Amino acid sequence: MSASHGVGIEIRNVNLSYGANHILKDVSLSILPGEFFAFLGPSGCGKTTLLRLIAGFNQADSGDVLLDGQDISRLPPWRRDVGMVFQSYALWPHMTVARNVAFGLEERRLGRTEITEKVSAALALVGLSAFADRYPSQLSGGQQQRVALARTIAVEPKVLLLDEPLSNLDAKMRVQVRRELRDLQQRLGLTTIFVTHDQEEANSICDRIAVLNDGAVQQVGTPMDLYQHPANLFVAGFIGTANILAGHVVATGTERAFQIKDGVSLPLPAGSAAPKDARIVFRPQHATLEPIGTQGLAGTIVHREFLGATVRYGVDIAGSEILVEAAFSSTSSLREVGSPVSVAIDIDRAQLLGT
Amino acid sequence: MATMSDASPAVARRSVVAPGPMALAILIALFLALFLVIPVGTVIYVAFTEKGSGAFTLVNFYDFARTDLFITSFWNSMYVATMTVVLASMFALPLAYLTTRFEFRGSGVVQMLGFIPLIMPPFAGAVAMQLIFGRNGTVNLLLDEWFGFKIPFMEGLNGVIFAQAVHYFPFILINLSAALRNIDRSMEEAAQNLGCQGFRLFRRIVFPLAMPGYVAGASLVFVKVFDDLATPLLLNVKDMLAPQAYLRITSIGLADPMGYVIAVVLIVVSVLAMGASAWVMKGRDYATVQRGGGGLAQRPLGRGQAVAAYAVVGLILFLVLAPHIGLFLLSIATVWSFSPLPDAFTFAHYERVFAESSVFIKNTLLYATLAGIIDVVFGVAIAYLVLRTRLPARHWLDWTASAALAIPGVVLGIGYLRTFFGVKMPDGTSLASFWIIIVLALAIRRLPYALRACYAALQQVSASLEEAAENLGANKQRTVRRIVLPLMMGGMLAGFVTSFATAAVELSATLMLVQSTSDAPLAYGLYVFMQSPAGRGAGAALGIIAVVLVAVCSLISNWIIERNQHLRNTRT
Repeated sequence: MSASHGVGIEIRNVNLSYGANHILKDVSLSILPGEFFAFLGPSGCGKTTLLRLIAGFNQADSGDVLLDGQDISRLPPWRRDVGMVFQSYALWPHMTVARNVAFGLEERRLGRTEITEKVSAALALVGLSAFADRYPSQLSGGQQQRVALARTIAVEPKVLLLDEPLSNLDAKMRVQVRRELRDLQQRLGLTTIFVTHDQEEANSICDRIAVLNDGAVQQVGTPMDLYQHPANLFVAGFIGTANILAGHVVATGTERAFQIKDGVSLPLPAGSAAPKDARIVFRPQHATLEPIGTQGLAGTIVHREFLGATVRYGVDIAGSEILVEAAFSSTSSLREVGSPVSVAIDIDRAQLLGT
Repeated sequence: MATMSDASPAVARRSVVAPGPMALAILIALFLALFLVIPVGTVIYVAFTEKGSGAFTLVNFYDFARTDLFITSFWNSMYVATMTVVLASMFALPLAYLTTRFEFRGSGVVQMLGFIPLIMPPFAGAVAMQLIFGRNGTVNLLLDEWFGFKIPFMEGLNGVIFAQAVHYFPFILINLSAALRNIDRSMEEAAQNLGCQGFRLFRRIVFPLAMPGYVAGASLVFVKVFDDLATPLLLNVKDMLAPQAYLRITSIGLADPMGYVIAVVLIVVSVLAMGASAWVMKGRDYATVQRGGGGLAQRPLGRGQAVAAYAVVGLILFLVLAPHIGLFLLSIATVWSFSPLPDAFTFAHYERVFAESSVFIKNTLLYATLAGIIDVVFGVAIAYLVLRTRLPARHWLDWTASAALAIPGVVLGIGYLRTFFGVKMPDGTSLASFWIIIVLALAIRRLPYALRACYAALQQVSASLEEAAENLGANKQRTVRRIVLPLMMGGMLAGFVTSFATAAVELSATLMLVQSTSDAPLAYGLYVFMQSPAGRGAGAALGIIAVVLVAVCSLISNWIIERNQHLRNTRT
């Protein structure tokens, strides 16, 4: 199977409603040729709807989908040439593995020998050559998943759509299969869209991610981008763990500070522009626990979780809880629940975001 | 862990000797032996023994094969059963496909109307169909007048095929619709995604996936038609197997071996047909609605498609409901002969039926109710023994009771006559002429359906619900009474209604067993009425009463079942 040249996907101002339910709200995305792209969001955010829209199973009320510059919005699913791997795999139980994989090639009226060749090549690619004559019910979940993948890539589609492909696998398989998916995608150079609600999956294998919530795109960027510079509070809270504290900016002369409550405030570096009703956002590892009385916010440890390499403390500061992560070295360095501490925040790595 | 694995066989061993279930199992085994195994065994035994001497012989089968009439009858029965499956499929396939896979307005109504033919005795419909489709029936009179030709819908075997297809196609419709509803939309979408659509999509994906449901329905239709006695008899078709068996026994006598040989042939073909369908379906349980799947896909119909679809559905519904319309017209007609519609209308037939024949209605209600109760009691008991105890050989009860499905009514009737004729009651009459025997025959015939319903109902009651009751101090009997039975209520009722409704219109076994008109059920009375032209109006009235009776009972039970389910859903 030769590496094909990926094509770009352009989604322009797509709107979709079911009755009064506005599922997709003016969605525009540009996916580059050969890119491994993720739609990430909580369930019900519209990510699967958007994927099915590209495959032609949902119709947009307005807006276009362009594949390699061509508008495909009005094409039926069977003429779009976009390969989709279904969440349930959708393997036909009345056909063997080989017949399943051959199906799309037969629909394309290829010659018998060519079909046989391409089926063996696709099965070899996913390492299932020995299972060609089995029925889907005789395969494990991971094997079924690979058959579904082989069936789709056998027709050499222009793009590959993966609808939560790992959700029916156990935790260990998930890590293995996602690595295989990434390797395969790299080898084929196939533009791929991966739908998931699991940020770890998206972070670990995708080039770029579009975070969706409530039918709208929240932010598009590389996994590190999203983590370091979340565009809004939803992205900050959805990607990784974040402390989000309400308050407002107060200025005294040239000194500016973020006041969380009366008497509890953080000095801000000069020149940081901030919206009026801002929230301050920082990661647990960007705060440290210091002896009480030193500089920082005074509080009390209310719970402690041991996570292996790190220990996560919950510190109550004037009624709000802040999470602080510290590297774990030995039990002697642990702090006890109930002990008073001072939390020092690395203010250069904190971000002010509007509500 | 070691103590666990040591303990469980001990528990198993203790439950083996539990006296309650054991006694119950013995009781059921006795019932099945007396009223199923021994009568059927007697029929087979007689077929293989020499008349008079009782020695083993195959000469009876040789005689069967040598007689042209029997061979013709055999092939006629085969032909009729096969063609009925074909015609019934032509009725059922479009109805099932259009109503399940498309956004089809009124699909609920269509499915319900499609069910109606089942609750009318097929032979009652046959007479009405003569009047509509017969040589001088409505359709042919109109065809002759307008176009100058007639179509022999009802001539000879055609009539049997047509009448049977109209009556039995719901079996295919129900099974096929269920199978089509179980196909997850992702199955079709995956094919579309790979470039497949339209009729190819149906042929390559949808139909193969629905195949198990279709085969289940089709094999049932084949067996039912192959074994049926009353419809060919009423349409005056005698050269088929079941009528031949009946005629041999009733005209030549109980001692004539040919009736028994034909009975054995009927059993063998039924068993083979069911075995073949089970073999075809082996390992093909395609329940494709799955985790992460999208449920059922219902596509919209285009304008032209919708018009065509409604035309097809309308034509099929007209064909399958024609007997009901005809029967109703006949029941209120003064004279209906050589004319498209009756000459005038009257209620005299209903008056006559209520005045003379209310005993038929009373008997039917009594017999069908008793048969239904027997079926549910035994169905629950067998289901409980199989699913909840470790009694040895408990599966044999299930298998034996289900085997009744492959025993034609006429065979059971012959078996009962032969087995119980010599058994004298205290007052000197034969046990075979006692009306209870009719009830037992009906109960045995319908037991497999009730058993499946009870089985499914019990399977849905999680064992942990019982364990919770026992944990809180309820013993087995109280657990069954307070937890299991209330939760099984819906399934038991469904089982009762199936038994009741089908027993109310059953004739094959009854025809052999009814000894006096005062003991006869409605179906028998109808059959007697329908044999004379003067009795047709009254017979039709009786038929309409049967249809209404069964329909009302089904509706009431349906309502109770749904209310029950609703209650349970809101409770959890």
